[in-house]
Amino acid sequence: MADLAIRLRGVVKRYGSITAVDHLDLDVPEGTCVGLLGPNGAGKSTTMRLLTAQAIADEGELEVLGFRLPEESKQARAQCGVVPQLDNLDTTLTVEQNLLVFAHLYRIGRSERREAIERALRMSKLVDRRDSRVDKLSGGMCRRLLIARALVHRPRLALLDEPTVGLDPQVRQELWALIDALRTEGTTILMSTHYIEEAQRLADTVLIMSHGSAVAAGPPSELVLEHAGHEVLEVYGPPARLAEVEAEAGAAGMRTRRTGTSISILGVDGTNGFTIEGERRPANLEDVFVLLTGEEIA
Amino acid sequence: MATAEARGTRLGRLERSALTGVLVREAVNYSSYWRSSTFSSTVEPTIYLLAFGFGFGSLVSKIGGYDYVDFVGTGTVATAVLFSSAFPAMFGTFVKYQFQRTYDAILAAPVDTEELVTAEALWIATRAGVYGCVPMLVAMVFGLDPSWGMFAVPFIGWVAGFGWACFGISIAGYAKSFENFNYVVSAVLTPLFLLAGSFFPLDNFPQWAQVLANLNPLHHCVVLVRHAVFGWDGWIDLGRLGALAVFGLLVWRVAIHAMTRKLID
Repeated sequence: MADLAIRLRGVVKRYGSITAVDHLDLDVPEGTCVGLLGPNGAGKSTTMRLLTAQAIADEGELEVLGFRLPEESKQARAQCGVVPQLDNLDTTLTVEQNLLVFAHLYRIGRSERREAIERALRMSKLVDRRDSRVDKLSGGMCRRLLIARALVHRPRLALLDEPTVGLDPQVRQELWALIDALRTEGTTILMSTHYIEEAQRLADTVLIMSHGSAVAAGPPSELVLEHAGHEVLEVYGPPARLAEVEAEAGAAGMRTRRTGTSISILGVDGTNGFTIEGERRPANLEDVFVLLTGEEIA
Repeated sequence: MATAEARGTRLGRLERSALTGVLVREAVNYSSYWRSSTFSSTVEPTIYLLAFGFGFGSLVSKIGGYDYVDFVGTGTVATAVLFSSAFPAMFGTFVKYQFQRTYDAILAAPVDTEELVTAEALWIATRAGVYGCVPMLVAMVFGLDPSWGMFAVPFIGWVAGFGWACFGISIAGYAKSFENFNYVVSAVLTPLFLLAGSFFPLDNFPQWAQVLANLNPLHHCVVLVRHAVFGWDGWIDLGRLGALAVFGLLVWRVAIHAMTRKLID
């Protein structure tokens, strides 16, 4: 078995009466990309903060790159790169100055600093904008700089908290390419997201979170097959008709979920004797998610 | 611990590289706003000096054996130190924590809260030590005679500035909102600033007020600067320097506690 970059066992984090993370177990093998998928408030960001010891767990064991947290967190952080959900760049500084500051914070030696900054600029395609002040950059460029800043010291582990939240679809795809390149280079990635497509495209393994704990984990395709089958029957109609379909499918032992204007009947693979008419489509991660958590996402 | 030691990467407290990282960030940022900050640090004490020097100076020519301009010129060094340490520490810390989320970014790097607070205070103290000299330099234009002791003034300003910086960081750490600062400015900083002996000597105050003044770090700073310029007072001055150092060390620990509470959930 490969070494684990992250290992959490029974981790609990409470804020007053709210339990943000509730007996969470999480394994991230080195060299893989793991996606934490869950709606807002599922405890993804708190989990991320626990991994940098910016939040301290009330219970449980945490290990990052072999270091015990929170005691040895600084050693772990030296080899991690963190992309926060909210921009925290120095907006009055230039692109290059932002990278320079973090080259120092991440303790890159004088002889390698220049090259590290150039590499980060190339990777984020910001070479031409090196002298631009951050407050003159577009949202997508800021995100790329935020990622480049986290990777300036070539970390073994990248922690990406909602890396594409609030961006245009086109910009999002640019970032996916960037993250995919990072994964190909062998960097271990833990990424939280509430975009199903993001998790499905980038993650080797997905951990579905709900109310602070893991409800399922596995490669996206296996999760889909296990919980939602190959095919889903989507039935459209007026509310009364949908209620009928729901009852009928329930009586036949099929699992269903409401999707606004339709009913999805899961796991209809090969059920030929089924009389209900509808559109067949491949099952996806969203079906699994809704089925397991009872919550709609995004 | 054993595993970490085996890797040879055991990291201690207050590491130089962590402090350097935070200081570099401040220095690079400073390059983008040094003009405005130098402007206000220079113009403000000059105005005090002109207003008090010529205002009061026309009524009283000598005070406690000093020319009034010399008295105020050396006294406002402490004012400049306070203004360039406590205030930037309070507001700057709050902005970096609350609005820019800078501290979240720094603490995700291998920097602990203790190192972050220490480096920020060192940076502000250094600025306060330098800007603190401005009133003295302005007073020299108006006739203050140079002396060797003046070379000690940046150091005195640095020690006092470190304490006030930590004081400001502590206030920002405990404050729930910007508005809380009003209480501190009105109830703490203004009285301390007026009862420091910058603009008038405290000799004519009642005994109890003079005793209380010894609890005011700003007062020690005022007296030390004057003695540096006009002549030392031996052990007593050393005691005053000790008082400033104790003040600095105490609020330093308080500031670390306040910011840890704020930054680490």
